[in-house]
Amino acid sequence: MIEGRVIKLGDSINTDIIYPGRFLPITDPEEMAKHAFQGISDDFPAKLEKNCFIVAGANFGCGSSREQAVTCLRYAGVAGVIAKGFSRIFFRNAINQGFPVITCANAVNKISDGEIITVDFAGGKITTVNEEFTFPSLPPFIMGIIESGGLINYTKIALKKHGEKRIG
Amino acid sequence: MGKTFAEKIFAIKSGKEDISVGEIVSISPDVLLCSAATFAIAIEQFRELGVKKVWDPDRIVVILDHFIPAPTMQVANNHKLIREFVKEQGIKNFYDIREGVCHQVMVEKCHALPGMLILGKDSHTTSYGAIGAFSSGIGTTETAVVLATGRLWLRLPESVKIVVNGKLPKGIFAKDVALKIIHDLTSDGCTYKAVEFYGETIGKMSISERFTLANMSVEMGAKASFTACDDVTKAYLQAHGCPRYKPVFPDQGASYERVYEFDVSSLEPMVSCPHQVDNVKSVTEVVGLEVNQAFLGSCTNGRVDDLEIAARILEGKKVHPNVRLLVVPASRGVYLEALERGHIRTFLEADAVVANPGCSACFGANGVLADGERCISSSNRNFMGRMGNAKSEVFLASPATVAASAIKGKIADPRNFL
Repeated sequence: MIEGRVIKLGDSINTDIIYPGRFLPITDPEEMAKHAFQGISDDFPAKLEKNCFIVAGANFGCGSSREQAVTCLRYAGVAGVIAKGFSRIFFRNAINQGFPVITCANAVNKISDGEIITVDFAGGKITTVNEEFTFPSLPPFIMGIIESGGLINYTKIALKKHGEKRIG
Repeated sequence: MGKTFAEKIFAIKSGKEDISVGEIVSISPDVLLCSAATFAIAIEQFRELGVKKVWDPDRIVVILDHFIPAPTMQVANNHKLIREFVKEQGIKNFYDIREGVCHQVMVEKCHALPGMLILGKDSHTTSYGAIGAFSSGIGTTETAVVLATGRLWLRLPESVKIVVNGKLPKGIFAKDVALKIIHDLTSDGCTYKAVEFYGETIGKMSISERFTLANMSVEMGAKASFTACDDVTKAYLQAHGCPRYKPVFPDQGASYERVYEFDVSSLEPMVSCPHQVDNVKSVTEVVGLEVNQAFLGSCTNGRVDDLEIAARILEGKKVHPNVRLLVVPASRGVYLEALERGHIRTFLEADAVVANPGCSACFGANGVLADGERCISSSNRNFMGRMGNAKSEVFLASPATVAASAIKGKIADPRNFL
């Protein structure tokens, strides 16, 4: 369970807003974190604090396949994203980095910017001062990747265990 | 019950006959595309896995296309790392900065063929649906894992059928059809879905035009797109000297989550307005808006037919003095053919800037806009800051609309120029 402050954003928060294209050549994740959401404004990255949650509308992460859009959030301290919906590649990239992504429209509608919430990702629960929201858990295979800490670790374990180049 | 294209491909590639929609399976792609300087990150992750050799060097294609030639030290070092990796791993299908945008190169060089399942480290990998392949974009972590194991988890998607009928009026192109569909279905209307295109309009389209539709399908969230391999496809592949292939077709009576029908016989030129691709209007609603830059290029609309229609409009005319027209052929092959046909001369004589094939201004690698500037572009995205400046605007349209607007200095209706 993680407790953190909410940063609320709107619909269609795309990858150019999350991580502008000009920063793509950066390979150091700590450096990437300094540019998280710089597409909104130059001072936005400073607003991200450890264990904060992004709460957003539909189609979060639409656009490019740039995985830096997930990496920069993780390294900036973001504990997870709660949205009405995610674009496919962002969703996969998040899972493959073991980064919590939660689809829960009800919570998005009711949670306000700046609120402190508690999220139990494995238990499927978001708790605010006044309310509790539940969300369905992801398929066991996907939870397995997240619990391993992402696809790289998951694959490392699989390679060790089976001694063969096979995952899933 | 009949199977959709996605169901057919998943069954063939996974070796499991009955997979239900939504089920996750482990699949080995026919080809893995690694594009752009960010491939350097995937290489680091590949090393982390502790695997010495890539799964199959002959099924990996590496293309440098995003920041080319290297504009900074960091990009130059990423490129160097990639070149060394390619050599070390014996990857023969490597296209250095000279070749063009990865998706165009993939099809031109026969790396994408009908019936294949292709994964690519770029969202516009959906493009190869144009020739009847199942292709989808992935991230860097996934790229690293496929490099090492040759496998990836994929979820069998629901399929959406889009039927397009009607003869396209003069001045209306595949891009206008794509924008109309995205307008109606919205930016997340097909998230995680496979989209299949049918209808007499699609049947009459060239591979280049089908490419535009397949390419843009990710702008409504699609995982993959599909157009059936037909005589047009076969002729294209033969002309490009492609090897034998085995097309895969959906069954009659396959079950689709949704079916949409479009009649394009009275379609108008469409323009996608800032800052979302589905914010589409008829050109007549935005005619007269001043533009500072016009971009003709990208994997969406940087092919020979795109340059040809623009050249026809620009022939003997000049680009408006307040406009910078950037022409960027999608590939070296396109560049050479446009050169032979005289289009490059037409552009230069019209005062356009012709640059080397690559992604270029599409995502702000160059051709960055200044504060308050506006660009009309034949590319695929108009997100805030897409061309490198959050205080600028990008409008998306067909190459004809881009060329007409470049002459006028304002967004213009191409029908008045044809």
